[in-house]
Amino acid sequence: MPRYVLIVNFQPGVSHTPMEEWKPEEINAHLDYYRALNRALVESGELIGGEILAPPSLAKIVTSDGVSAPVVTDGPFQEFKEWVAGYQIVDVESEERAIEIAAKVSAVPGEGGVPIQQPIHVRQLMEEGPSDAAEMEAYVQQAG
Amino acid sequence: MPPRVEDLLRELAPQVLGGLARRSGDFAAAEDAVQEALVAAATHWPRDGVPESPRGWLLQVATRRLIDQRRSEKSRRSREQVALLQDVAPSEVSDRDDTLLVLFMCCHPALTPASAISLTLRAVGGLTTAEIARAFLVSEATMAQRIARAKQRIEASGVPFRMPTDAEREARLRSVLRVLYLIFNEGYAASGGPDLQRADLADEAIRLARMLQRLLPDDVEVTGLLALMLLVDARRPARTSAEGEPVPLAEQDRALWDRARITEGLALLDGSIGKGAPGEYQIQAAIAAVHDRARRAEDIDWPQILALYGLLERITGNPIVTLNRAVATAMAHGPTEGLAVVDSVAERLDGHYRLDAVRAHLLELSGDTQGAREHYRIAASRTTNLAEQRYLAAQAARLASSLSSSR
Repeated sequence: MPRYVLIVNFQPGVSHTPMEEWKPEEINAHLDYYRALNRALVESGELIGGEILAPPSLAKIVTSDGVSAPVVTDGPFQEFKEWVAGYQIVDVESEERAIEIAAKVSAVPGEGGVPIQQPIHVRQLMEEGPSDAAEMEAYVQQAG
Repeated sequence: MPPRVEDLLRELAPQVLGGLARRSGDFAAAEDAVQEALVAAATHWPRDGVPESPRGWLLQVATRRLIDQRRSEKSRRSREQVALLQDVAPSEVSDRDDTLLVLFMCCHPALTPASAISLTLRAVGGLTTAEIARAFLVSEATMAQRIARAKQRIEASGVPFRMPTDAEREARLRSVLRVLYLIFNEGYAASGGPDLQRADLADEAIRLARMLQRLLPDDVEVTGLLALMLLVDARRPARTSAEGEPVPLAEQDRALWDRARITEGLALLDGSIGKGAPGEYQIQAAIAAVHDRARRAEDIDWPQILALYGLLERITGNPIVTLNRAVATAMAHGPTEGLAVVDSVAERLDGHYRLDAVRAHLLELSGDTQGAREHYRIAASRTTNLAEQRYLAAQAARLASSLSSSR
């Protein structure tokens, strides 16, 4: 089955209020929603991994020419909206299903119970083998 | 575990499950109980020796497990069922039908292909959840959830544990064949390289197809599928390079092909011809046979392959088959005719990497190096398969360097 990474970055959704300024019950509702969603995905056997990344302020950027000492850049970084904040890996029947899950992640309630609507990037992982029979037939013809 | 014990257990698994599920009327619970009995046997038999009646031993242990399970559910209803289970007389149904019945249940149309594959490997193949999880690169817990969900779905569908009626049988058998074919593909696609766990799936699919063919020797498609698997699998030793990269059919060292598999596949295919209307798997086997019969790549009978693809296209209506026919057309009548066939499915396959890959190949044959390179590049950017991406990118790079050196 195809695997997808659902990535969330630091692009805000409809609200710009940081979570620290929400009401406690709003935070609880937010976390409960995530927990219930994750539980359902574990029970369906679709969620196979995921992590939340430490904040960009702790990040290092490394470049090297393989000869001299590597160049290490420390934060704080000005522009990190596009950086990865966290991701989930799902193993699903189809792209439609991956999109459906991403939509649920994006609709997590935020301040005032309004869905946050953060953009979720849906990226398919490269596979070692073809993932369905039609692909396979093509593959057999081409690669033996 | 000694291989003999393992083979025996895996052969008996579906028979025992069939018997227990039929008597208890509870496929899901019976499946769990049989798994436990198999684990018990794998522990005891190598140490204490194989019992006189291995099937009876497994059935007895599994039945006891099932009764224990039900006793622990305290309801009155389940106590009644326990009584029922113990009262049932030994079955008059053969092992043959029980195995078939379990296959029909596992490949139930209410299941998604992925669930049906997992359940079939466990209930019919006798593999453990851990083995199946490893083959599909997920955790054991994830695979256990999938199998449990598949069984819930079967239960929810309300399908009784009995043979499909004559009216349903054809469609149900097609689901079974498709699931076995998908298992084979999972393994075959991954064979070679470090992925041996998955390569075992191709062997397992062949074992299950053999079993099915022994049960239904007169079915053209069952025999066709087994022949197809054998004829394709025969090329396994030649289809990956020492570096693990795929080797295209035309460049394979045919001396490495498994002659025994080819002989067996050809005999099955010949025996199936004329026994009924030609089927999808049988025609694919016939195409594989044309390739396998040719001593050298130049000797391939392309007009025959072309005719077979035409037939397959009429039966399936699958545009990917049309693309394969385009390649055969090019080989038989030249690339211009082949490209015309590609154009005929361009709209339906828009955005599919395979369309660009075939177009690139045929453009190269026609001498349009520039166009070929462009389409190899597009195809490489659209595939989600790593080996193919490397292959297609290498083709584009090869043409780019031949273009720059000819300038």
